[in-house]
Amino acid sequence: MIETDLLIIGAGPTGLFTVFEAGLLKMKCHLIDSLPQAGGQLTEIYPKKPIYDIPGYPIVMAGELVDNLMEQIAPFNPGFTLGESAMTIEKTTQNTFIVTTDKGTKHHAPSVAIAGGLGVFTPRKPPIEGLAMFETKGVEYIIKDPEVYRNKRVVISGGGDSALDWAIFLSEVASEVTLVHRRTSFRGHLDSVDKVMALAEKGKLQLITNAEVKEVHGTDKLEGISVFTKEHGQQKLACDHWLPLFGLTPTLGAMGSWGLDIEKNAIVVDNSTDYRTNIEGVYAIGDVNTYPGKLKLILCGFHEATIMVQSAFKRAYPDKKLSFKYTTVMGGVGSLD
Amino acid sequence: MSIDIQITVVDRVGETHLLVAPTDMNLNLMEVCKSYDLPVKGTCGGMAMCASCHCYIESEHVLREASEDEEDMLDQAFFVEDNSRLGCQIYMTPALNGLRVVLALESE
Repeated sequence: MIETDLLIIGAGPTGLFTVFEAGLLKMKCHLIDSLPQAGGQLTEIYPKKPIYDIPGYPIVMAGELVDNLMEQIAPFNPGFTLGESAMTIEKTTQNTFIVTTDKGTKHHAPSVAIAGGLGVFTPRKPPIEGLAMFETKGVEYIIKDPEVYRNKRVVISGGGDSALDWAIFLSEVASEVTLVHRRTSFRGHLDSVDKVMALAEKGKLQLITNAEVKEVHGTDKLEGISVFTKEHGQQKLACDHWLPLFGLTPTLGAMGSWGLDIEKNAIVVDNSTDYRTNIEGVYAIGDVNTYPGKLKLILCGFHEATIMVQSAFKRAYPDKKLSFKYTTVMGGVGSLD
Repeated sequence: MSIDIQITVVDRVGETHLLVAPTDMNLNLMEVCKSYDLPVKGTCGGMAMCASCHCYIESEHVLREASEDEEDMLDQAFFVEDNSRLGCQIYMTPALNGLRVVLALESE
């Protein structure tokens, strides 16, 4: 069991800055994030986009802001559970919390700060009837072990890098690879596009463009799919696996069933106090929360984190007196130890 | 002087909403829908990166051509038709007075 003073769910900018503010109060933090790296949507969706409303930075790239935050919190040595989603939360008899991830990792802390942003990034699933029935029975949104596809007939859908990269890779592994794409042009790296085209020419993979998979077939497991093209209409294609690779989209996920007050896909908090939720000891900060006048801005998340940790400190150390200090008075964070 | 335009948005249950949008605030259609509390998430904040503002253009208005980013995003979206656009890429200008759009269905 991972023990910490403050458990932060979500390693986006708000979650990361929470470590800094908690660190100033000498609280240890641990972060959980479903993505394999820190940074949340900044790293996952728009690392190369400029941000103009971070005080003191006329312009900063999203990826750079995350790098800077990581540097800023490094002295506080936070723990990370990455690539795992927080699934369940339980309150102990000592009024503390145990949060368990989808991989079974347990975390124990007196307070939990949900800085979950838009939620958990999950694969975008095509709206096809009966699709759920074949999940893990031939339909996979994430490729975990490519050996599963050895000598199998595989259909891949999508036009981005992951669809292209896996089509290239699996053309050497699977017995048959078909890449189905809605358009004729691909948006992946030019190099990957060229490779796919070359493989298609050599007959190492079949390319179906201007096409969309519209149906899945099978009884106990996936046996085939139907591809729809404007020229040829619907055609059936026998296969063992279909990999729809349409990127990730965030959802509130398991947190939606933790008993928190939810309004419009966001967690209701009390902004007049410390961003507490309806569960005592659980806070929500940043884009994931809502209150009258809420603005989903990184800088608002930073502010909310700063206020929230004061309250979390009192839960972690009820007997200690908290005195607020400016970092300039302390001579920087290096002098904390 | 600022000119307000009227746009019609049909939501996902078929209800029609008449919205008034200012044209001097650099607002896009996603933001206008959100300001009217229509069920448009605008997850990525208007960067053509999530397709939660995917809609169909029903009127004959000539819009600015979709950028490469927008096309790429529509590529990953579902229920895409020839008149599909991302609301966040449609900026409110006087020329768009009378625009009519239908919100596209969301998959999960």
